Amino acid sequence: MAILVNQNTKVIIQGITGRDGSFHAQQMLDYGTKVVSGVTPGKGGIDIFGMPVFNTVRQAKEKTHANTSIIFVPAQFAPDAIYEAIDAELDLVICVSEGVPTLEMVKILAYLKDKKTRLVGPNSPGLISPGICKVGILPGIAFKKGKVGVVSRSGTLTYEIASHITKAGYGESTVIGIGGDPIIGTNFIDCLRLFQADKQTEAIVIIGEIGGTDEEKAADFITKNVTKPVFGFIAGQTAPADKRMGHAGAIIAGGKGTAAEKIKAFEKVGIIVIYEPEDITQKLSTVLK
Amino acid sequence: MKIHEYQAKEIFRKYNIPTSKEKVAFSLDEVKTIAKELSFPIVVKAQVLVGGRGKAGGVKIAKTPVELESHAKAILGMNIKGLIVKKALLAEGINIEAEYYVGITIDREKQTAVLISSASGGMNIEEVAQKTPEKILSTSISPLLGIKSFQVRNIGYQLFTDTLLVNSFVTITTNLARVFFDLDCSLVEINPLALISVNNEKKLMAVDAKIVFDDNALYQHPNISALRDIESEEPSEVQAKKADLSYVKLDGNVGCVVNGAGLAMATMDLIKRYGGNPANFLDIGGSSSPEKMREAMKIITADKNVKAILVNIFGGITRCDDVAQGLLWAMKEEKIALPIVARLVGTNQDKARSLLENSPIIFAETMSEGVKKVTQALKG
Repeated sequence: MAILVNQNTKVIIQGITGRDGSFHAQQMLDYGTKVVSGVTPGKGGIDIFGMPVFNTVRQAKEKTHANTSIIFVPAQFAPDAIYEAIDAELDLVICVSEGVPTLEMVKILAYLKDKKTRLVGPNSPGLISPGICKVGILPGIAFKKGKVGVVSRSGTLTYEIASHITKAGYGESTVIGIGGDPIIGTNFIDCLRLFQADKQTEAIVIIGEIGGTDEEKAADFITKNVTKPVFGFIAGQTAPADKRMGHAGAIIAGGKGTAAEKIKAFEKVGIIVIYEPEDITQKLSTVLK
Repeated sequence: MKIHEYQAKEIFRKYNIPTSKEKVAFSLDEVKTIAKELSFPIVVKAQVLVGGRGKAGGVKIAKTPVELESHAKAILGMNIKGLIVKKALLAEGINIEAEYYVGITIDREKQTAVLISSASGGMNIEEVAQKTPEKILSTSISPLLGIKSFQVRNIGYQLFTDTLLVNSFVTITTNLARVFFDLDCSLVEINPLALISVNNEKKLMAVDAKIVFDDNALYQHPNISALRDIESEEPSEVQAKKADLSYVKLDGNVGCVVNGAGLAMATMDLIKRYGGNPANFLDIGGSSSPEKMREAMKIITADKNVKAILVNIFGGITRCDDVAQGLLWAMKEEKIALPIVARLVGTNQDKARSLLENSPIIFAETMSEGVKKVTQALKG
């Protein structure tokens, strides 16, 4: 069954004619994702990889019946691209672009409140339901269809941990990178709720990092609402305070958002914490066959 | 991006937020000239981009020109938490009757901007919030509507009884919110907001000022970007930024080169777990190039504390052969004699292997193996 993306997902790529957009369009097509069209204002009418390019998202949706979009435009154009996709009433919008101003995101989330669209990101590597559909930049080779749901604030660390799950033969139902920014559209709790309801998912891995309190809130949600076994990893135990560690959201500010606090919150509610990526295999073996 | 108090106060004055009469001095000569324009007592405040200057002796009051000179001498050139003070702000001393706090920041949990205020000003607001949360007044600001006067009045009447002061608080706070939204800030703060008497009339004034800007929005504000004080930043971090690398210097002995911020943090944590100490955080970013890798190695090896290096790459978009090529160039050009452990998996990993075959690089298959080998290499 998987979550959010599946065989019914039809994808528009916003920014398909750019370097990253065209590269990943090809990668997604190769993976078997139903990419149906692209959008680049001013380039409507041309074809790329046998797909039509449109000037607007509305046109692309009407002509190619897409329900999902992935955004690869430069950060300064990303807010407008997100608004356009929400306005076109797509079900799911994934923003890969990194560097969207925080106040822009705050406005977007306020605008999004009574809309039907789900936003993932920004600064997200996207998501993959292995063997079925990939909407993002994740390297397909690290994943295999299976029973573990993975939700993460980072990119390569997710590939690292998932590759151990893949090698051990458990495989993943869906892997989702929610993005490394402080203000994002879809959070841990949204994904936990979906994984809990998903029949294919038998265990959940949550990969957090320093900054904010999303992990603490997730832990609280898990005690009340999640019955499936949950495993946790937190990056940034050695990160100094008040320094942004790559991701805009990965910062210990005013003494808050430390790895120690998050690990404590996880352990308190019975989440099995792993300290070394490869340990996930052994820990999973205690609950999965 | 942080700016100095004197720069933040200049912005405040443009937005009609009253501050004390003051001027910044870059040298002792300038201190003497400025002293003639101000009346004593004069407060000398170190301008440095780190908190806790008061405790470090970076704020002193001078009653006479002789005192002023000796205080300025002590403060200019002072070392506060590793940063050298190069500027001092000279402000006319005022008689403060009470200290308040007012600030605006992004609340990640509420996903919006919040106005925070307190009658316990002049102290570390995080400590106040932790020990006496009842003393913190806070209200969310709609990003679509902006701050509304009634919201500020509601808080104002909890802080002051005099309507004139409430009105003054509303004006100052509304202007502070304009600074926050106009300039894409992540924090604006007046601490303390001082209650003073001028000719028997009570007034509010910003005695200190703090502004932190959202780095992601700086492209919209070239005038603000120009305020960056590169001299007061870590030189290696400035160099890394130029090369489009995400780098944070730490004080350990194992240099790390990693792709991706999460994996970079996890690598540092694992080094610590195996008894080493990470010398840095470094993310070479998504699309790799040999040039970027070479630059990364240069920055890391310039840190004399570094005794061994771990390269940890999980190649997706990042190509392992690009990383290997940059590594070879750096080793040759910089004559790096330190032990290097490389764990390169993913896109083009075999090409990378053959490129590095005749080099002294120690290979590792997994992240844990890489970390074990690099901490062993430390022991010689």
